[in-house]
Amino acid sequence: MRIGIDVGGTNTDSVLIDGTQIVRKSKTTTTEDITNGVKNSLHAILPSEEKNLGVDAVMIGTTHFTNALLQKNGLATTAALRLCLPATQMLPPMVDWPKEMKESIKGYTYLVDGGFEFDGREISTIDKGQIRRAADDMANKGVEAISISGIFSSVDPTQEQIAAQIIQEETPHIKISMSHEIGRVGVLERENATILNACLSTTSDSVVGAFKKAVEELNLGSALFLTQNDGTLMDADFATKYPVYSISSGPTNSMRGAAFLTGIQNAIVADVGGTSTDVGILRNGFPRESSIAVEIGGIRTNFRMPDVLSIALGGGSVVNTSPITIGPESVGLQLTQQSLLFGGSIRTATDMAAAAGLVNIGNKTLLSEISEEDIKSSLNMMNVMTEDVIDRLKFNADDIPVILVGGGHFLIGDDLAGASEVLRPENGEIANAIGAAIAQVGGQSESVYSLAEISREEALSAATEEAKKRAISAGANPKTVMVVDVEEIPLTYLPSNAIRIRVKVVGDIPEIS
Amino acid sequence: MWQVTEEDLLSISIGAGILGTGGGGNPYIGMLRARETIRQYGPVTVLSADDLQDTDKIVCVGGIGAPTVGIEKVRGKQSYDALVALENHLNVKATALISNEIGGSNSLEPLIPAAISGLPVVDADGMGRAFPEFQMKTFFVYGVPYAPMAIADEKGNVAIIPKAITSKWVERIARSITIQMGSVACYALAPMTATQVRDTAVKDSLTLSKKLGESVRNANKTKSDPINAMLKVNPGKVLYEGKISGLQRKTTQGFARGEVTVDGSGDFAGTVMTIEFQNENLIARIENEVVCVVPDLISIVDSERGEPITTELLRYGFRITVIGFPSPDLWTTKEGLQVVGPSCFGYEVDYTPLVLT
Repeated sequence: MRIGIDVGGTNTDSVLIDGTQIVRKSKTTTTEDITNGVKNSLHAILPSEEKNLGVDAVMIGTTHFTNALLQKNGLATTAALRLCLPATQMLPPMVDWPKEMKESIKGYTYLVDGGFEFDGREISTIDKGQIRRAADDMANKGVEAISISGIFSSVDPTQEQIAAQIIQEETPHIKISMSHEIGRVGVLERENATILNACLSTTSDSVVGAFKKAVEELNLGSALFLTQNDGTLMDADFATKYPVYSISSGPTNSMRGAAFLTGIQNAIVADVGGTSTDVGILRNGFPRESSIAVEIGGIRTNFRMPDVLSIALGGGSVVNTSPITIGPESVGLQLTQQSLLFGGSIRTATDMAAAAGLVNIGNKTLLSEISEEDIKSSLNMMNVMTEDVIDRLKFNADDIPVILVGGGHFLIGDDLAGASEVLRPENGEIANAIGAAIAQVGGQSESVYSLAEISREEALSAATEEAKKRAISAGANPKTVMVVDVEEIPLTYLPSNAIRIRVKVVGDIPEIS
Repeated sequence: MWQVTEEDLLSISIGAGILGTGGGGNPYIGMLRARETIRQYGPVTVLSADDLQDTDKIVCVGGIGAPTVGIEKVRGKQSYDALVALENHLNVKATALISNEIGGSNSLEPLIPAAISGLPVVDADGMGRAFPEFQMKTFFVYGVPYAPMAIADEKGNVAIIPKAITSKWVERIARSITIQMGSVACYALAPMTATQVRDTAVKDSLTLSKKLGESVRNANKTKSDPINAMLKVNPGKVLYEGKISGLQRKTTQGFARGEVTVDGSGDFAGTVMTIEFQNENLIARIENEVVCVVPDLISIVDSERGEPITTELLRYGFRITVIGFPSPDLWTTKEGLQVVGPSCFGYEVDYTPLVLT
């Protein structure tokens, strides 16, 4: 049996599954105290007499790290070391960061010798003395975490690894993040993602520690995993080192849960909440990843974020008439106080849906003022908003199944342009917790290979080995690791046939001994 | 005469994207480099080609290499180093700089050596748009020498090509050197005279890209129509409006080729447009009839926000407006069409100039 928990900003959803059967589910309010919040969820779905049923693993998806970044809360004093000289010095680390964000992590920068060309030649040889001096300076400045990024480290990671070793020797307490393990080609964006990972590394100690404590205190004997934003899992130790991978794992878990609940692997998933609707697209059961830079708190990054579009449409969205507008204002959590249905004075999307008989909550007699025409037009507008975002996400003109999950799914009708069918799976309101519970452990690699020296097959096999290595270090059972996605992109203006290869693998969680 | 501010860099990036007709690369890194250089060294003055003196020596600078490498091993002041190397080789001093290509990231390249050296930048360029190859410059079509050329990398290496028999040979040799330098480099070309610039450059193009970008940004701020706004700045024609319904891509001989299919909406409902691209958008057809062809400009912009979409970012479902702008006159002569006409990209159609009605 497995337990999936999704810790959101307001609610914590959890589910206990046995194989593919949902045994029990719960929704609780997210608490300040992380350990107790998780314990409450576990108690809710695991009555004391069932504790010895043998829960193999607890999978947690969390917004803690996203919130820590957005609120600049508890971020580590962080340095960025770039192996590059004499290249790239015009644009030092954090060159385009919002000022307050850079200040909130102190943001010390060090440019030193090193870096590779795209074909694997060194730009310059690393100078260990330089790195030691930088490490001493960091120690004096009270640096807690460091990002190490080298030019084309995705072609050859050895310089980053040597630099990490030196820093480790000089200043054993500093937490190290290396860019080749985090992001893609594009030094500024990859380095940004690595610095974000580094500045979260003290928070990750306490958050993952609190999760561990909760699971341990219940004596479940289960393994603990956190969900990653590519729809896979990482074990607790791996998550402590790579907290940035958890960012945006919420929408990913919803999509994976929707695929599980419907058995459909290629579909659009819309998760309709109180204030907004997150829409993403599943390809072979996994969310499509964004191919362009994604901003987190005003910082451009290029690691594997899901391609999710959000629209301001939710159960609490405020509806104005003549002319009809929906959102972006929302009564959010105050729906049961402020909406017309519950005796309040604000007309919400939920009121319109209830007036049309799409949902049976509250006191419908309070809705008599709303005209038939306004009901029709506003519901139509909600459908059009959804159709528009569905169309923006599709791969091609073919109709595609649309899966509606989340508490507000009734806002959206069954007659959607572009949808081959509209599904509303049972238990869709906890799709995110289910997505966490069913996930496998994953690993990804992305690198540039010059085909002058090695064949395409050799390059593919090297990329696959690297992805497998990462999945295994994230806790996958080595015997079960398999490739789920391979992407090859030839590079332009390079006659020597360079290609970029990205490989994604997944494996099962280890069997409980 | 005007001075380039940080705000202007954002506008020029957008305008250069529109004039880039899908190619020319992402101007983000170039914008950051220009911004950082101007912050360090101070503002850059832009001179009209008409304000040049007969004694002026104007050097064209630009970037060369692979865009994917350029976002990793980001360029620094290589175009300044190439400029200095060229000056030393010829024992002359440049008095102004000029862009080789206003479309895309190269539009901002001269601002970097200009800020460092204190030289002005001429409000003109060698394409008036973007093209994939070095020899496709108006300068060379009308007899400006393409050598000597200096190429510099970030490590301090410099190569000079003192002589080449054609501009195509300069491209071949320069590209080989660039690959050895790690696939990003910058170059500086033999100085031009004021007369050569006035006769062979596409004029006022930096101002045009700035105004185009400003029109789009202002329209978005005031929630008015960005397409109308840009057409007021640069006369052109809405060729099509619709939604991308298909996309094919392949990389052959180092170029990103492909074809995008658009389903019409509004006035164009019920029809289909196809646009073929090779780095840049080259030929647009409605129901198999050519409506715009290179060297006229075929710009794809987001219908709602008017922001340019480069070919690598095109995706199914985008709502786009396709705008045709007439080519600079320098390209539509017999000599110009021999270098960048439809047949140079493998299209067996005659060039028929875009008619604005």
